[in-house]
Amino acid sequence: MTTDTADPAEVVEAVGIAPAADPGFLQRYGATIEYILIPGAALIGALATFGVFVALHGKNPLDLYFYMYQGAFGTWFSWQNTLTRAAPLILTALCTALPAQLGMVIIGGEGALLIGALAATSTALAMQWAPPLVVQIAMVIAGVIGGGLWITLSGALRQYRGVNETISSLLLVYIALAILNHLVEGVMRDPASLNKPSTREIGAANMIGTIPGTDVHWGLVFGLVCAIASYILIYHTTFGFAARVAGGNIRAAKIVGLGVGKLIMTICFLAGGCAGLAGMIEVAAVQGRTNANLAAGYGFTGILVAFLSRQNPLAVIPVAILLGGISASGGLLQRRLGLPDASVLVLQGIIFVFVLASDALYGRIGFLKGKS
Amino acid sequence: MADASIGLWTVPLAVLGGAIRVSTPFLFVSLGECITERSGRINLGLEGTLVMGAMSAYGISYLTGSPWLGVLAAGITGALLGALHAGICSLPRVNDVAVGIALMLFGIGLAFFLGKPLIEPTAPRLPAIDFGWWSDIPQVRAALRINVLFLIGVAIAPILYWAFKTTRWGLLIRTAGESSDAARAMGHSVLLIRLRATMVGGFLAGIGGSFLSLFYPGSWNEGLSSGQGITAVALVIFARWDPLLCLWASLAFGGAAALGPALQSVGVTSGYHLFNAAPYILTLAIMIITCSPKRTLTGAPAELSITR
Repeated sequence: MTTDTADPAEVVEAVGIAPAADPGFLQRYGATIEYILIPGAALIGALATFGVFVALHGKNPLDLYFYMYQGAFGTWFSWQNTLTRAAPLILTALCTALPAQLGMVIIGGEGALLIGALAATSTALAMQWAPPLVVQIAMVIAGVIGGGLWITLSGALRQYRGVNETISSLLLVYIALAILNHLVEGVMRDPASLNKPSTREIGAANMIGTIPGTDVHWGLVFGLVCAIASYILIYHTTFGFAARVAGGNIRAAKIVGLGVGKLIMTICFLAGGCAGLAGMIEVAAVQGRTNANLAAGYGFTGILVAFLSRQNPLAVIPVAILLGGISASGGLLQRRLGLPDASVLVLQGIIFVFVLASDALYGRIGFLKGKS
Repeated sequence: MADASIGLWTVPLAVLGGAIRVSTPFLFVSLGECITERSGRINLGLEGTLVMGAMSAYGISYLTGSPWLGVLAAGITGALLGALHAGICSLPRVNDVAVGIALMLFGIGLAFFLGKPLIEPTAPRLPAIDFGWWSDIPQVRAALRINVLFLIGVAIAPILYWAFKTTRWGLLIRTAGESSDAARAMGHSVLLIRLRATMVGGFLAGIGGSFLSLFYPGSWNEGLSSGQGITAVALVIFARWDPLLCLWASLAFGGAAALGPALQSVGVTSGYHLFNAAPYILTLAIMIITCSPKRTLTGAPAELSITR
């Protein structure tokens, strides 16, 4: 883990030397380099700060970096753990990244995930007679619609009532959690679940299983497909172009006759649908049922993934793997270094703060100033 | 049997007592956020500040044996988090809403990390004043056991109202919130005004957190705050950035939050989780009713990003 401990300034220089010789290269790729360099430097700064924090707790920061690497990417086992965690993160990150194209800050992915999980579970329980493939397809549809409508609610409130979407989507997380607890401890409760109230199992046959040769479930493929489809939608279709115009200048969008309301509703539905799909996956690939375990914070980490990838649906993939790795290493940090499980949350918070502060650096790096 | 003699009155009494008890964190966070938002910046991180305040108050109270030192520590922690928020926001091109979300996650994570050893021990709690001494009915006495922090919060609201209206500081904060250009033309640093406003706001929110861990519910655990901070931020919008309205709104929200436990105490348990979500549903409903897509809200500071 030498790169993690390196000084950000060194990295900036190291990357800077080669391309600086060719101004044409900078002209073309300057912005891309900046988008990789600055969040990268922020990440390294955050890891260094976390190292200091851990050192203050009497632990060796080099041990920390070593175990983080081991737990995240060190072995095939940890890679699989990382990818399994990355799958829902890709989807919940899209829940923030897609509305961000319209200039909206949606932070309610966790709520859409819970509602999607509930919808998928109810569908599976109601369709026990059907063949597994039919049940699985129905679960996907139910999860997407459930999560999609949940975030569309925030979008509609913003469009038609002027209610701030950041606050409303976060309030809806708590409401979703209350609905989940209410149903899981009430009408949907499996009488056999004593300690942890849960719904009945959706049935082993209806689980979506793992990718052959791995322990990584198919949810990862769902995530990759959604991220790539979102990228194409935003950057290579007229719909996506309209969305970006509206995000850049809403008045201009209205003047040229774009249906801003329709854009907001569609994007919010797709965004919530992604998070709902994450909920469906957590049910159909991991938990097998719905209970309070589903509120594991994937929705909140997804916000961080979206901001760290600068709301680019394609960049969401590597960033989700990185953050999935950090959360996968949490167990090892707990066992080997005796750090509390919340240390992952602290690191995520530090990364978030650094990434946002690094926004101030754009357009200010010396050798990139000449970019177009 | 006193229980039988008051019968149906148990629920409204418990709601009243709950309104006083549960509203205190709402009150402190909303007053703090009111100051910050009046200066033209929104701090969504107060949820994290609340949890950090609760944790540090409990820790200091446990270590020193003095709950009041705990309250002070919570306030200082809150002010530091506020300074961090304001510091990052003063960098160019940094979005205050996003920084708030980051600090919310950071504050919660840090509190869980540092608070791990505090879940077991019992810390000295804040004392309460018995305003129900005249009554023989235990429920009435329970409802009227009022914490000093609540009274302080109630006192701060009108003082803040007066300070915004008549003092130089109030005018400066409002100027920074309405037009940063005007404040700059008057020779004041907008960033400095907002830094101070955010720090004072964080201080109050931290104290709100100390109430959670040192009085009601009165212990430190990871489920202590679930959205009270963010509800209080929404409450400021509903209260039209008026400290006095913040007071009434906090009481209403406290009452709504107390509905679930109150009904549970008389044996209505079926909708427990739904009643617990009452403050969030109420917040959302009120925002739907009072907001409008056609105009900005009356009383909204013009510089505030969230209302533009």
